[in-house]
Amino acid sequence: MTEVVRLQGVSVQYGRQWALRDVTAACPGGAVGLLGPNGAGKSTMIKALLGLLPPVQGEMRVLGLDVRAAPLQIRGRIGYMPESDAHIPGMNAVSFVAYCGELAGLPRADAMQRAHEVLYYVGLGEARYRNVETYSTGMKQRIKLAQALVHDPDLLFLDEPTNGMDPKGRDEMLELVRDIAHNKGLNLILSSHLLPDVEYTCDHVVVLDKGSVAAQGPIAGLKGHGGRVFELRVKGDTDRFVEVLRAAGVDCHATDEDVMRVFVPDDRGGRYLFELAWREGVQVRHLRPSVPTLEDVFAHAVGER
Amino acid sequence: MPIHDQGYRRYGGRRAPHGRTWWVIARAGLLERVRERRFLALLLFAWAPFVVRAVQFYISANVPQAGVFAPTAQTFREFLDQQSIFIFFVTIYVGSGLIANDRRANALQIYLSKPLTRVEYVAGKLVTLMIFLAAVTWVPAILLLLLQMMFAGSTAFIRANLFLVPAITVFAALQVLVSAFAMLALSSLSKSRRFVAITYAGVIFFTAAMYQALRAITGSSSWGLISPVETLDALSAVVFRSPGEPSIAASAALLTLAALVGTCVWILERRVRAVEVVT
Repeated sequence: MTEVVRLQGVSVQYGRQWALRDVTAACPGGAVGLLGPNGAGKSTMIKALLGLLPPVQGEMRVLGLDVRAAPLQIRGRIGYMPESDAHIPGMNAVSFVAYCGELAGLPRADAMQRAHEVLYYVGLGEARYRNVETYSTGMKQRIKLAQALVHDPDLLFLDEPTNGMDPKGRDEMLELVRDIAHNKGLNLILSSHLLPDVEYTCDHVVVLDKGSVAAQGPIAGLKGHGGRVFELRVKGDTDRFVEVLRAAGVDCHATDEDVMRVFVPDDRGGRYLFELAWREGVQVRHLRPSVPTLEDVFAHAVGER
Repeated sequence: MPIHDQGYRRYGGRRAPHGRTWWVIARAGLLERVRERRFLALLLFAWAPFVVRAVQFYISANVPQAGVFAPTAQTFREFLDQQSIFIFFVTIYVGSGLIANDRRANALQIYLSKPLTRVEYVAGKLVTLMIFLAAVTWVPAILLLLLQMMFAGSTAFIRANLFLVPAITVFAALQVLVSAFAMLALSSLSKSRRFVAITYAGVIFFTAAMYQALRAITGSSSWGLISPVETLDALSAVVFRSPGEPSIAASAALLTLAALVGTCVWILERRVRAVEVVT
């Protein structure tokens, strides 16, 4: 699969603060998730790729074009859905989307025709003559997607597309994103701090943490990094037992419930965990084999254990 | 069937080459304003002096006893000076929200994520305002000149005042450029069009009042350089070849206006960005 984005040693600075530090990453075609906690540098990376933030050092290529040398050609071929609320004031939805099409170089008539089409596609067909300023948060997210799609880009940058959406709207937005990437033949880079969103829509992931790449690769490959995963709950001196596990080369991290997710790096299975617990005098109250998730990859990559 | 399955088609049509987007922005700005009745009323009102002057020209050309109303080169200077009040109102009405509204709605990141440069964006906004300002200055002034020729039935007046067409053009261009750049720079400084409008009015009135006060205290009219209105007035005297010494040297007036426009360009360069970095 050809690369749509490549960053080589890219650093971006806000004043004295490093937003990206020596980032080297490659995004293949298809759907790529840009994953990381808030402040990891996801939005900064997208803005740098758009040519809106000049990097202090490094090289970036988008769709084979150098960002520094050909920002306009690149922006003509990409669609950008910003994270924050953004619209052209005083316009209804269809005028806004058509206007964005014209800004991207489409003839007026074509822009208007495509505006109607994409508004139907994103589910705003019935509300397309309403002023954008009267839209709900979910509708504003959809119209931001519509303006990014209207000129039929080769690559979409979606920055937190499900922000502020209710569960139903979020599911619909994820369906749309998945459909765009898997059925409509567009490449997309989805920035999110929500692991399920990335896992549902993307095939490939770049994990960012504190401005650096913590992990990258196909999601399936990263999840199947060898070893086995268990859900474990113990009674006794849990902190001491966690130390023993880590000393034995077994990663573990807490979840929202009182169970731990435990990564046994080799073929040693549940019996090994029972032995360690017996030796430390703690009771195993719950032990269940599990499957690796993107959350595990993320926790492993950013050191949240 | 989910609604999003109703189709997304790839686009195989033609795309305009880069560099023409400023006109898309300008056209959208023009259309937005001309759809407003209040603004059309303001434009019509701004043409009232034109109608009065047209009647004056008609009477002077057709009633021999009304020679006192016959136009001179100074008539056109006075006409453009009179239009200053409409320049003020149109600048505030059209210009105050041009960038401020975009900043309020985070539209800059939408604009600048498209294939257009910041210069094209500013040019588009500038052209919107300049076209409306030209519509209340240069257009009626040139039309008056043509009307004079038609009513008089001869080109004698124009032949005797050949400098008038370039004078009208140069002075109207100065009025339009200075007002448009000043307003656009102010508009880029805020997210509130009301604040911008009040600030613009404040700058115009405050500088004029300061000039009057300083002139009264010092007796020197060179303080006019602090007031854009006075500076333009001094230049109009030169451009229209008015008799007498101008209150400010033309070169100083031109330099002042150039510095003002330069400052506005600098502000726009700093403020019109898709990403605002706060350090």
